[in-house]
Amino acid sequence: MKEPKQLMVSAIQNGTVIDHVPAKNLFKVIQILGLDHIDNQITFGTNLESKKLGRKAIIKISDKYFEDDDINRIALVAPDAKLNIIRDYEVVEKKVVEVPDAITGIARCMNPQCITNFEQVTTRFRVVSKKNVSLKCHYCEKITSQENMQII
Amino acid sequence: MVHATLLVNRTPCRSKSMKNKSLVSIDDLTTDEILKVLNLAEGFEKEPVQRLLEGKVIATLFFEPSTRTRLSFESAVNRLGGKIVGFAEASTSSVTKGETLNDTIRTVSNYCDLIVMRHPVEGSARFASEIAGVPVINAGDGANQHPTQTLLDLYSIRKTQGTLDNLNIFMVGDLKYGRTVHSLMMAMSRWNTTFNFIAPDELKMPDEFKLYLENLGLRYYEHSDFTDIISRADIIYMTRVQKERFSDPIEYEKVKNVYVLKDKMLRNTKPNLRILHPLPRVNEIHTDVDRNPKAYYFEQALNGVYTRQAILCTLLGIK
Repeated sequence: MKEPKQLMVSAIQNGTVIDHVPAKNLFKVIQILGLDHIDNQITFGTNLESKKLGRKAIIKISDKYFEDDDINRIALVAPDAKLNIIRDYEVVEKKVVEVPDAITGIARCMNPQCITNFEQVTTRFRVVSKKNVSLKCHYCEKITSQENMQII
Repeated sequence: MVHATLLVNRTPCRSKSMKNKSLVSIDDLTTDEILKVLNLAEGFEKEPVQRLLEGKVIATLFFEPSTRTRLSFESAVNRLGGKIVGFAEASTSSVTKGETLNDTIRTVSNYCDLIVMRHPVEGSARFASEIAGVPVINAGDGANQHPTQTLLDLYSIRKTQGTLDNLNIFMVGDLKYGRTVHSLMMAMSRWNTTFNFIAPDELKMPDEFKLYLENLGLRYYEHSDFTDIISRADIIYMTRVQKERFSDPIEYEKVKNVYVLKDKMLRNTKPNLRILHPLPRVNEIHTDVDRNPKAYYFEQALNGVYTRQAILCTLLGIK
């Protein structure tokens, strides 16, 4: 009987591990952080069991560290995400995602009459509620609530 | 989607000068800036013809039709000695060739010193103000904002009452969708106003606006009829109850005559009471009210010229 081959993806020497990403939003996180356009080694697992999220995803990016402003951009799709900063195989720092005060791009304004849904305009929002995230459109001034939020 | 801006605290730009700024939303202005515009408008009422815009070109871009707003802006520019370029409907512009708003605004801002724009899409004015090299005045962006209407309403209220403080304002009709009542309510909340909202159930003032007043500690009362309480009003601000707003036509039939103001209803009202209406009116103010000295809506429309003269000069840094 052959030994099952196993790839060792569990540990990275240096870089960032993003844990507790809702499985359904894995590819949105990848897109928002631009991970599909970088050369670093990236491994991810999805549909992993999670008591909190049901199904979660995890992303490991070698030799990459994020600024807080960058990482907070995923707050809309992965509000419970936790980051482990790895140096020489050790977790040297843990970070949580915080909903920023303003969001540029990322989300679509839910008002079909908004200019951002007619012309090529980058959406801009002020976060008016961080708990149940709701966004006020900089242009049409209407509120987009979490349940109506669409990620671009 | 929630209606608008209750969650918003007032954070207008605080710079000392409004020169070269755009006017997109009434919240863009501080209370001091609003009062400055109203004071300036008083000067134009006393002396309407002042050639302060000599050599200036103002573009009026009306992507949807308007009578009062466009003509009063154009009248304001003419009385100030400025020149007007522009169009009164989108069908006579390059929009029909598929030109984007972005390209129209970038092009037109080369030809003028200031743009006045009405556009059916919400947020179009804010967008235009960000790409134009000249100030933009929002003359209505869909159901969103119409700040010059609010300023002329404030001017009319202050002129007829002698103050903006501690007034009792009755807002009647469509309080759910009417952008003019929402903007006026938000603006008047700066002056310790008591509000009475009179509307059919289907068109009541949205909760978030009421919450906004509650957070400011202001009093408001809601009624479905106003014949018994009208004697308390300093200002009655009428709006049109439109049939198409009702999901059930029977509901419209039930209420359509409840929100019609007639002359005999004004018998026991305060001497200082004035009736305002953003116009156009259909049947919500009976024509027999027009002869009553408390009817003020046509003068209100005239005040639009003085107010817009003041706004034009302020944004161009002329006064």
